Amino acid sequence: MFFSFDLLFEAVLFGVLLGCFYAAVSIGLSVSFGLLDVPHVAHPAIMVFGAYCTYLLGLYGFDPIVAGIVLMAPFFLLGMLVYRFYYETFERRGSEAGVRGLAFFFGLAFIIEVGLILAFGVDQRFVEADYIGSSLSLGDYRIPYRMLVAFGVALVLTISLTLYLSKTFTGRAIKAVAQDEPALRLMGANPVRIKQWAFGIATGVSALAGAMLIIVGPVEPSLDRVYIGRTFAVVVLAGLGSMTGTLAAGLILGISESIVLMLFGASWAPAVAFGLLLIVLGIRPQGLFGR
Amino acid sequence: MKYWISAILLVVLAAGTALSGMNEYFFFAGYVVLTFVVLATAWNILGGYAGYVNFGTAAFFGIGAYTATVLFKWLGAPLAVQIAGGALISGLLGFGVGLLTLRLRGIFFAIATVAVIFICETLMINWRYVGGATGLQLLRPEVLAPFETYTRMLFVLMALLAVGAVSIARYIQTSWFGRGLRAIRDSEEAAEASGVPTLKLKLFACTVSGMLMGAAGAPMPMYLSFIEPVSSFNLTYSVSALAMPMIGGTAHWIGPVIGALLLGSVQQIVTVTISNEINVLVVGVLLVLFVVLAPDGVIGLFKKWTRYFK
Amino acid sequence: MKLSRRSWLSVAIGLVIGAVAPVSVAQQNPIKVGIGIAQTGTLGGGGKAALLAIQMWVEDVNQKGGLLGRKVELISYDDQSNPATIPGIYTKLLDVDGVDLLIAPYGTVPTAPLMPMVKQRGLLLMGNFSFQVNHKVQHDMWFNNAPWNDASSWSDGFIRAGQKHGAKTIAILAADQEFAQNLANGARVLAKKAGLKTVYEQNYPPTTVDFSSMIRAVRAAKPDIVFVMSYPNDSVAIVRAVNEIGVGSSVKLFGGGMVGLQFTPIMASLGSSLNGIVNYNSYVPGIKYPGVEEFLQRYAKKAVEAKVDPLGFYLPPFNYAIGQMLEQAIKATNSIDHKKLADYLRKNEMKTIVGPIRYDKNGEWANPRVVQAQFRGVVDKNVEQFRDPKKQVVIYPDQYKTGEVVVPFEKARK
Repeated sequence: MFFSFDLLFEAVLFGVLLGCFYAAVSIGLSVSFGLLDVPHVAHPAIMVFGAYCTYLLGLYGFDPIVAGIVLMAPFFLLGMLVYRFYYETFERRGSEAGVRGLAFFFGLAFIIEVGLILAFGVDQRFVEADYIGSSLSLGDYRIPYRMLVAFGVALVLTISLTLYLSKTFTGRAIKAVAQDEPALRLMGANPVRIKQWAFGIATGVSALAGAMLIIVGPVEPSLDRVYIGRTFAVVVLAGLGSMTGTLAAGLILGISESIVLMLFGASWAPAVAFGLLLIVLGIRPQGLFGR
Repeated sequence: MKYWISAILLVVLAAGTALSGMNEYFFFAGYVVLTFVVLATAWNILGGYAGYVNFGTAAFFGIGAYTATVLFKWLGAPLAVQIAGGALISGLLGFGVGLLTLRLRGIFFAIATVAVIFICETLMINWRYVGGATGLQLLRPEVLAPFETYTRMLFVLMALLAVGAVSIARYIQTSWFGRGLRAIRDSEEAAEASGVPTLKLKLFACTVSGMLMGAAGAPMPMYLSFIEPVSSFNLTYSVSALAMPMIGGTAHWIGPVIGALLLGSVQQIVTVTISNEINVLVVGVLLVLFVVLAPDGVIGLFKKWTRYFK
Repeated sequence: MKLSRRSWLSVAIGLVIGAVAPVSVAQQNPIKVGIGIAQTGTLGGGGKAALLAIQMWVEDVNQKGGLLGRKVELISYDDQSNPATIPGIYTKLLDVDGVDLLIAPYGTVPTAPLMPMVKQRGLLLMGNFSFQVNHKVQHDMWFNNAPWNDASSWSDGFIRAGQKHGAKTIAILAADQEFAQNLANGARVLAKKAGLKTVYEQNYPPTTVDFSSMIRAVRAAKPDIVFVMSYPNDSVAIVRAVNEIGVGSSVKLFGGGMVGLQFTPIMASLGSSLNGIVNYNSYVPGIKYPGVEEFLQRYAKKAVEAKVDPLGFYLPPFNYAIGQMLEQAIKATNSIDHKKLADYLRKNEMKTIVGPIRYDKNGEWANPRVVQAQFRGVVDKNVEQFRDPKKQVVIYPDQYKTGEVVVPFEKARK
């Protein structure tokens, strides 16, 4: 493989941008799985659905970031509905239901994927914007604008959510419910309502993540499969429930993937996320900042 | 005794059909349904009896197929050797995966098994000998008499494998192994506390499960005369192998058989008459429906109805 | 209810007439032609146009009275550009739909799984723009309709054009799939024979969507020629990546084996990003094949109705020609027996709207006619511009040449 320090530097740079993007697409899962313990393997599928909705709005002239923000509200409601259904059907009925809840979300992921195939076909879908297709020139280095945009939005999203969870009243209630549900109940708050709200936020965030997904590259219905690995790798590496951990873990994944891509080629890149996941689960399942 | 008589009768029936003038497509589709009987039964040993939801069926299946490919390409091995090889390697994989991941709870175990699928797929994509991402065309050897076509022969072979897999599952269920696995499913801590060797039992279940899935995957390259990584490690195998026992019922060995025959047949009919996508949609929808409404599967529904009519 | 004697008589006469009347053409069972062809997925853009051309042939044949006194019926399924669907589709065509004749899917990758099956079942297969897909299986009833033969017929023009301008180094970028690997294997041998040094080589999985890392590496290696072998989805991604971050000033020639840059929808959407790329093609406006222009006019009308590629340069004339070859073979041998048809196709020269076609012993064109053309002066969002021969300047072979290649690549892009 052709190697040079220039290439390595560019790869690391690209990896940082990519990593922040991975953090943003995983942060919804950090809330739904990390904090709420919902086995939400359909999270990437909902994100891909969000990407397709962005594509549809794009056909009407919406800029993808604007579309993503607009979609956050309906996705928030969708999330609340899904959680309500999940809670009533599974969580309420005890631990046996844990296995079935997992099966439910896998089934849901497949239904979403096939639904997208039936609605849009297997063709790749792109979105057009001024910042997609050109790059920033820094000397010999070229940084695609679409990566910079995704990086920027991702950073804002991650920081906002972290601040929300630690500074606002509802945010802290969400964290409390994750840490000690009975205590919260004793204080008169309704944990189910809080969890529902949290899941709604996680899904709303996924809408914006989906918009970034289609900015970064083309989407097709089976894209959710490889993102199961990436999002869970980030969340597990971060440690369940840690938002800052998500950013750190995302960067680690992004940079590793970018370097593997440079050294070994595109045929090994998909295995990085899944390999990282297995390693973390094997050596330190509580992740970097786990509770 | 009743069981063995029915089992032998079924194999004879399969062979008889294969020697009749039935339309070729029946065997082409029937082979797939029988493959799922094996996969569902194998899945249930770990997933149903022990309660460890394994999502890695596609990995064991695909590795079985690739092992057979290597044996065929390298040694010109006959089918029986290919199947034995597939079972052995996938069994080892099952053992290894079990060793690494069976300490993890519920969803972590499931996600770890998904990771195994993608890693196996990536390894095969990067291995030129088996074709890499391009895939490999394979020319079958001559079909053995008395069968007219290779597909018919594979159909009977898979019927044999299905009977074998179900027999193994039945043995495990009724034996000491089964009791241990059920104890693990009901409460792993209590089982540990009362002296059940939980890790050994789980490893055993994982290995046997992997072995059977590998055996089911081994004839695939000969069936298609072609192999390539993306379809061999398709996540749809994992979802189907999980949906079928959940639909049929996970407590008894007959559950996966019912689920596989029902869902498998519906899938094949839908593929021929409507499209391939709707087939995957059917799996997803039925899985969700049964998991939400009928958690004990068809067996559970059957029990409820018979109780209702008593 | 008692029927009168008269009614009984009418019934009796009707039955007798029905039993002895000769069966008319329309009622006799049709000759079924089966194909699985990409209507969606990476090859869908080309497959849709190709299928329309085959349908046109079926209509034309039926208007002339059918073949052997029977109507021709086309049965087609979408393979989604996915080779895994092919065994199921063709088994269904053969055993459930009961087709008499087979046409291969469009493209090498979907056709690869079909080769062992047709060899094992002893069936005639009309190939459809595949590249060297028969070289491992060696089926003797395979007739590929595509203007190339082996890798040399494809790459010679491209490599020679680079060498004429002093190229000494080459980079090879190939998808890990049947077509690109077949071509890459051939190209590597030819590059070595031509004395070129390979400074970068990369096989990528067909599902790769982000090529920025690879294009960066290509740029760092500073090659003179970049030979790309890709399928439509990756071709588009590579063109976009080159447009986004650039491939470096050293590159004289870029392209060569990029499938998809011949599909009108892709050409229209890439627009000016195409400029400077030298790529293969089967037909560009200006090449005079007998009857092709009349065909394209008829095709254009139908394509607009069907909302499909309105220009139809790349695949449709050749797919229509597949039909023409089958027609000639069936009429000449007066049968649809696969062995007889294969024998005829092997020994004779067929006349089609893409010129005369003769096959060699491998089932490929005995006289290849691949052109290499450079995109020049292409503007964005304009489909009709590609009717102008000046937009794709043919640089090879000499008999169709319309201009000299402009190097280096970065200069030709302006």
